[in-house]
Amino acid sequence: MTIPDSEIARRAASIRRRCIMMCRGRGQGYVGQGLALADLMAALYFDEFRRTTDDEFVDRRILSTGHSAIALYAALGEPGLYADKELGAYGMDGSRIEESPLAGLPGFHITGGSLGQGLSQAVGFALADRLKGSDARTFCLISDGELQEGQIWEAAMSAGHYGLGSLVVLVDNNGMQADGDTSQVMTVEPVDDKFTAFGFRAERVDANDLPALRAALARTRDNDGCPHALICTTLPGKGSPTLEAYEKVHYVRATDDVWQRALSEIQ
Amino acid sequence: MRAAPFSDALVALGRERPDVVVLSADLSNYTDLIGFTTAFPERFIQVGMAEQNMMGIAGGLARSGFLPIAVTYGVFATRRAFDQVAMAMCTGPVKAIVVAFLPGITTPFRATHQATDDLALMREIPGMTVIDPADATELAAALSAAAAHPGTVYLRGLRGMVEERFDPAGFEFVIGQARTLRRGADVAIVSTGLGTAWALDAVDELATRGIEASLLHVPTLKPIDSGAIAELAGRFGVLHVIENHSVIGGLATAVAEVVAQVGVATTVRPLGVPDEWAPAGSLDHIRSELGLSTGALADRIMPAVGR
Repeated sequence: MTIPDSEIARRAASIRRRCIMMCRGRGQGYVGQGLALADLMAALYFDEFRRTTDDEFVDRRILSTGHSAIALYAALGEPGLYADKELGAYGMDGSRIEESPLAGLPGFHITGGSLGQGLSQAVGFALADRLKGSDARTFCLISDGELQEGQIWEAAMSAGHYGLGSLVVLVDNNGMQADGDTSQVMTVEPVDDKFTAFGFRAERVDANDLPALRAALARTRDNDGCPHALICTTLPGKGSPTLEAYEKVHYVRATDDVWQRALSEIQ
Repeated sequence: MRAAPFSDALVALGRERPDVVVLSADLSNYTDLIGFTTAFPERFIQVGMAEQNMMGIAGGLARSGFLPIAVTYGVFATRRAFDQVAMAMCTGPVKAIVVAFLPGITTPFRATHQATDDLALMREIPGMTVIDPADATELAAALSAAAAHPGTVYLRGLRGMVEERFDPAGFEFVIGQARTLRRGADVAIVSTGLGTAWALDAVDELATRGIEASLLHVPTLKPIDSGAIAELAGRFGVLHVIENHSVIGGLATAVAEVVAQVGVATTVRPLGVPDEWAPAGSLDHIRSELGLSTGALADRIMPAVGR
């Protein structure tokens, strides 16, 4: 049965509110990324990923972009795998809700954060499932900035070589990185053509447009021996005009009134 | 001498454990992998010339329940893929094995291929176990021990025709345990890896000069056998450390750390590759250039007699 877009949108709004709530405690965090990825997280965690129970998934979920952990925490907070009270301690001293955690926390199957390394490990997961004869799919979230790391292309080459049709690379093409505009720092475009050249089926999608995003995700279910790449255009801070104004800011620090206003803007 | 001891040990391990997967970065023909790739082609993953990707893929396989064994040259496994080994193979719940060939000065190519700093690099990674086997017998036994060990292991490999210094009958390898090979009263030597083969020859040479040496073989650099080293340091004023590795960061440093922590007044004298890129050429030539030939080692140890 198809889950209506409105239901996914409701989840996305809840993820956004939770991201803001997480940053509000210290007045800082990767809120731009969290809001940008909220629709993708909602579509993945509440539709695309196959699961057996609330916290048992069939599909592999690899987060390479360590600092986008906020979006993952917020998504896992939906069914209560992380309590809101605990998530409120995001980035605080002594809290396990680290801004860029190591492998081993619930939902974090690799150590992301030393950027550019997740896709290789995703290839390892996909090869492992092939060896096991499992039909599990592997989803790997990377960012456009990470594409500047050479290891990404080593991994892409191996995914193409081994014909890993169960692999879906999700590129958070948000156009910004630590030092500024990605196009200014080091051009990564044309991202889709690059993945196509490595043997992927690549397509661009507006990952803040739920119907378009869900349709694109559905197309990645075909396993004809080509790995998939979805080049996801995202808007940092999406859903809160106040935070969208920070769209070129990699890491947001703001006073409490900003967070309060942002929270009230989420529909 | 034994031909390709790693190959036999790996095939045996593959037979015993269906979860073993072997990875190579375009060096399967040069790291004694043909036995495994022939016996278990479906469990061999060729990644091409891409060591960083290999360590990452190995990490993914490990986190999916397999036992990956990533095999390449020591220089590439450590200098080139250091962060990948650290992050993908050594953070969170994960267990893998890296097997690193061409240790130290066992290759004629200089800085590009001589892994003279790999033990130092691997010792730095939290939770990593670091093993430098001395001969064919120990290499085979160490691989088996590494597979049974709960954490990630860095194991130096010896390829082709490999010396057999230890009798394989009843040989047991215990990770973290040093072994006393000689009990002489005049001088003390601590060694690891191929350095132990060199040390055994130096001990024989010293004997012809009327000097009896103690020799402690330390195949596991991490976790180090502090007790065995402290015990030896308590009995001798000088510990000579022979290793097929830079004098910085390897066994000499590990021994010095133990001695300093114990607080005994013992001098640690490193007899390894000096802090410079080693020369090119045959192993015998390089050893002789670096003062690591049997005669040179004996000469360098002699002055410590009675200390």
